[in-house]
Amino acid sequence: MTDPTPLTAAHIEKLLEAWFEVEFTFLHVDEIAASVATLSRDEQNFLLDWIQRVATTHIQIAYQFALRAPNLLAHMERRVIEAWALYAMDAYDRAGISPAVRVIKDVEHFSRLSHERTAGVVFEDVSGVMLNFVHGLSGRRLKLEQDEAIFTDSETLFLPAVIARMQKAEDNFILCKAMVTMMWAQTRFGSFRAHLSELFSGYEDTERALKHFHTLETLRLEACIARELPGLYREMQRLRAELQECLPDTWLPFARELGRPDATVDDSVRLLAEAYAAPTPPDICYQGELRPEVVEARMAARMNREKILLRVKLAQLEQEIKKHRLQESHDKPAQFGLTEKSEAESGLTALELTLDGAPIAPPEDVRQLLSSIQLDLGEIPPEYLVAAGPGEYDPRLYEEKTADPDDVWQGTYHEEGAFLYPEWDYGRQHYRKNWCVMREKDVLPVHDGFRETTLGKYGGLVKHLRKTFEAMRDENRLLKRQVYGDNVDIDALVEALADARDGSEMSDRLFMRMHRTERNIAVMFMVDMSGSTRGWINDAERESLILLSEALETLGDRYAIYGFSGTTRKRCELFRIKRFDEPYNEEVKARISGIRPQEYTRMGFAIRHLTSVLNDVEARTKLLITLSDGKPDDYHDNYRTQYGIEDTRKALQEAQRSGIHPFCITLDEKARDYLPHLYGAVNYTVIDEVSKLPFKVADIYRRLTT
Amino acid sequence: MEPHSVTTEEHFILDQPYYEPVGKEIEIFEAAYHNKLPVLLKGPTGCGKTRFMEYMAWRLKRPLITVSCHDDLTASDLVGRFLVKGGETIWVDGPLARAVRAGGICYLDEIVEARKDTMVVIHPLADDRRALPMEKLGTLLEANDEFCLAISYNPGYQSVLKDLKQSTRQRFVALEFDYPAADLERKIVAKESGVAPEVAEKLVKFAKMTRNLKGSGLEEGASTRLLVHAAKLIASRIEPVVACQSAIAQAITDDAEMLAAVHELSSSLF
Repeated sequence: MTDPTPLTAAHIEKLLEAWFEVEFTFLHVDEIAASVATLSRDEQNFLLDWIQRVATTHIQIAYQFALRAPNLLAHMERRVIEAWALYAMDAYDRAGISPAVRVIKDVEHFSRLSHERTAGVVFEDVSGVMLNFVHGLSGRRLKLEQDEAIFTDSETLFLPAVIARMQKAEDNFILCKAMVTMMWAQTRFGSFRAHLSELFSGYEDTERALKHFHTLETLRLEACIARELPGLYREMQRLRAELQECLPDTWLPFARELGRPDATVDDSVRLLAEAYAAPTPPDICYQGELRPEVVEARMAARMNREKILLRVKLAQLEQEIKKHRLQESHDKPAQFGLTEKSEAESGLTALELTLDGAPIAPPEDVRQLLSSIQLDLGEIPPEYLVAAGPGEYDPRLYEEKTADPDDVWQGTYHEEGAFLYPEWDYGRQHYRKNWCVMREKDVLPVHDGFRETTLGKYGGLVKHLRKTFEAMRDENRLLKRQVYGDNVDIDALVEALADARDGSEMSDRLFMRMHRTERNIAVMFMVDMSGSTRGWINDAERESLILLSEALETLGDRYAIYGFSGTTRKRCELFRIKRFDEPYNEEVKARISGIRPQEYTRMGFAIRHLTSVLNDVEARTKLLITLSDGKPDDYHDNYRTQYGIEDTRKALQEAQRSGIHPFCITLDEKARDYLPHLYGAVNYTVIDEVSKLPFKVADIYRRLTT
Repeated sequence: MEPHSVTTEEHFILDQPYYEPVGKEIEIFEAAYHNKLPVLLKGPTGCGKTRFMEYMAWRLKRPLITVSCHDDLTASDLVGRFLVKGGETIWVDGPLARAVRAGGICYLDEIVEARKDTMVVIHPLADDRRALPMEKLGTLLEANDEFCLAISYNPGYQSVLKDLKQSTRQRFVALEFDYPAADLERKIVAKESGVAPEVAEKLVKFAKMTRNLKGSGLEEGASTRLLVHAAKLIASRIEPVVACQSAIAQAITDDAEMLAAVHELSSSLF
């Protein structure tokens, strides 16, 4: 039980002074302390907890937060206050201090304050459901992201961090759903097929033209939604009625005209000439914003790429199909075509891909491309259906850039094409989004006969390992005396009959059955390649990996080896030594030999990435084994403090939750202080002598998997 | 209906099962049957493979012996085994052996689920030898002229372990099944459940939405079978959104977020 009496102002002041480091920052905390002191103990706990969390990110943000938060507690749900604080910290992570302070100061914008307590929906909470929802609706695979405003670039839907227009949480959820559906409808029913910038530039007041056009389109799309999703439409009508939003009378004729089932974006364009003069209508709650320049930039990039990509895919498809139809002549070029299917969805004809007149079922990616092109153009022009010729295979034309990691590191846009991973900030008790910028690189192979040397050096051990691992392999065995089985167990039967003669009870275990346990293990070795492994630790690691690989080859378990290292969150690197689908060949052996110490030991990103790699493999048992020589650490960063340990622990928990068993083999003698906290009491081994590592690793693996 | 039990090889289908052909599958199956060729049915779950087999069994007037394969199904489960009875061992035919003797249609459902050794016994049956080796009896059972082997397989499972080997698949005449086109599916749902055509139309639309989610969180979209289930609930005056939730959403996923999303889709639609 916590003490229910509220803290005194003096007590609070002391806490705040410590968190805000007033000795150096000279911030005045007495007013904040006074206002917090008036709250109940429960409220105080809540606020102080968040002030402290924010303070671990930045003191200024925390100070600004503390100035405002006590007064908001009466109007806002705690959930919304949390979202507000987190959003400010995200803004800090992303763009620095001034945007973050802006978020804090702009709390009115963040959530419309009413006299009554609002129950907003928080983007983080609903984005998962909304994303699945919008994928379920047809069309392009849209993405969902958080932004200040509500708009779409035709590939991503942007939503604010909190939606709190309505009083009730359910209604805010529906409002959010309506916004998503409206933006989906813009892509689905061709709002962007008109050349919008061009259109608006023909008007004197482009802003006004944009605004009025947006309303016209909203009217048209509402009618589309009414036809396609009547259930949602009813709810949308209800929201508008509650907010007392109604259309000015002058707009009613437009609504009627655009409500016809055959109305297209061209009708909105045509009507704009007339509607431009009409009085500007009020915003509709789920309307959001229309940003034609963003959409056009996206579309320009997309359309050329998709055209050539489709043609290349069709060429691949053609080859594949031809392989199966050997009897047909090869010289005649195949003719792709499209036929309309009998079922026509409103506004978009269902198309079927044909090859030489016969319908074929295109693979999923081709289907996606076709529908994306159809959404942009309203149709698929015949020149799109010509399979790409030999000269057109240049991947630069259609692939989204995957540049060489080393080039990218040197450039300014070093986040391009990298994997972004979150990191757990224990002070904040929340993730830092997209915090680590990670790349996979290859280890430079070194062909120096390292494997042969190692095998020679550990000749006796190798023989022993082979034998023990071979014994593990054979696990099929005949189970005798079973109640049920494929064959009669004659021995058991004779015995049972004798028992029966004898007058004793006859056993019913008379069968035998072949018991097959298929070893179904995938194991990922995550090898520390930090600078501290320089010297004999590195040698021992490499030797262990060679011995282990030899043993695993005998056993037939699937395995992969990756090395990890990094310098700050902006430069996290994973080194591929052996992928799951690679055989243990000369190249891999040379890569093991080529493992060299790199930089620091940031671990969270490596665990997160390798977890996702491991989860792509289908296996009954999945192991993530870390080979390390010390605790998490990074360059000039608080990663070497509790922060790094907590992030690593969180990453391991995530791995465990997805069904992976983590295990750690370490050379750090102090590891007993922190490893139980990371891996649990039994999931680690400390090896106190480097030279023993090669002897131990394979043995530990054997114990783990039997 | 009075419960009664018959042996599997006496199980003739007397009433015509409801089946709507999608393409030329009936003609192809018949031609394969008369030429003594085994048939492989490919397609996602609940799209009508089993119903098609019932229909063909009725049409060809042969008993249908269906074996649903599972990962513990061994060759002995198909061919037969010795049992002990009164101190003696007696041989009992498995379903496949019974079908071979009686000249029935043996339908091995989801064949990839079975253990690999089952393939060995169906191989000689599936080529022109048409014989079932009964290893434990040391005999070879030659198939009756009327016997037909059909297997089904869902290529949607993207597991290497559950792929059909070339040596197996190249013995069969393959028929590909998919969910029927919207018009046809509407007709099937309406006919099977007795709901109004508008309801059937919305259900089909809903199914299409869930099929859009395949690959991004759902393993499979709603099958025709599930649509019929939901439609039957609606016909018994269950609210459409509730019916979709219980008959479809809960059946295709356990994931809370996905359930919520599917629920939002159905409540938008009805």
